[in-house]
Amino acid sequence: MTASPAMRPARLALALALCALLGGCASFAPPQPWEKEYLARPSMQFDADRLDTRNVQHIYYSKEGAAGGYGVGGGGCGCN
Amino acid sequence: MKRRSFLAASLLVLPTASRAALPGTPAPALSLPDASGRTVALDALRGKVVYVDFWASWCSPCKRSFPWMNEMAQRHGPQGFEILAVNLDRKRDDADRFLKSTPAGFTVVFDPAGVTPAAWQVKGMPSSYLVDATGKVVMAESGFRDDRKAEVEERIRAALAAR
Repeated sequence: MTASPAMRPARLALALALCALLGGCASFAPPQPWEKEYLARPSMQFDADRLDTRNVQHIYYSKEGAAGGYGVGGGGCGCN
Repeated sequence: MKRRSFLAASLLVLPTASRAALPGTPAPALSLPDASGRTVALDALRGKVVYVDFWASWCSPCKRSFPWMNEMAQRHGPQGFEILAVNLDRKRDDADRFLKSTPAGFTVVFDPAGVTPAAWQVKGMPSSYLVDATGKVVMAESGFRDDRKAEVEERIRAALAAR
């Protein structure tokens, strides 16, 4: 579709407005290790049952050779 | 060419590294109030070997580290060893509740705003730093692991011997 010359300023304005909205994404900063207070709450975990999670993770670890990434009690240092 | 200038531009917006607490570098400043409101400064402890520990009540490895830190404070305190535990809870009540159930036999200071961990560039919870008698960081630990206890105590002993 070709825009008529009269439409162009409106389109340009819209595009600029959308670009300006992108600026909002720039302010995102991930929480620092000491700011994970609320994330560490039990209610913020993916799984409610700790024992079940441990079991699942154990199987996952032995099958995939990958571990960690769940919970934030240790701040993601892989030592938990 | 365009790509290169983009790369250069993205390097410019990277946060400039301030004085992180890296082994071999002088410890960043630390001056915080304790439970009674008295200001405790790391500089004032120059001449002593100081173990600076960043912790919070919601961090389970931190809880596990407390009995060990009590032991270290008791065992090496007379030789000029000091533990400075920096609490990072946003709510003081959380810290007080934790300390009631997990007593600390060492100095605890409070930084609810999280100014010092930012300056020290703490990467994990808990994070601990061994500062020697000259005020230099000699060891940085992220996390608390049982298999590191012996090594860390050895570093404490070495720093005390070099004092």
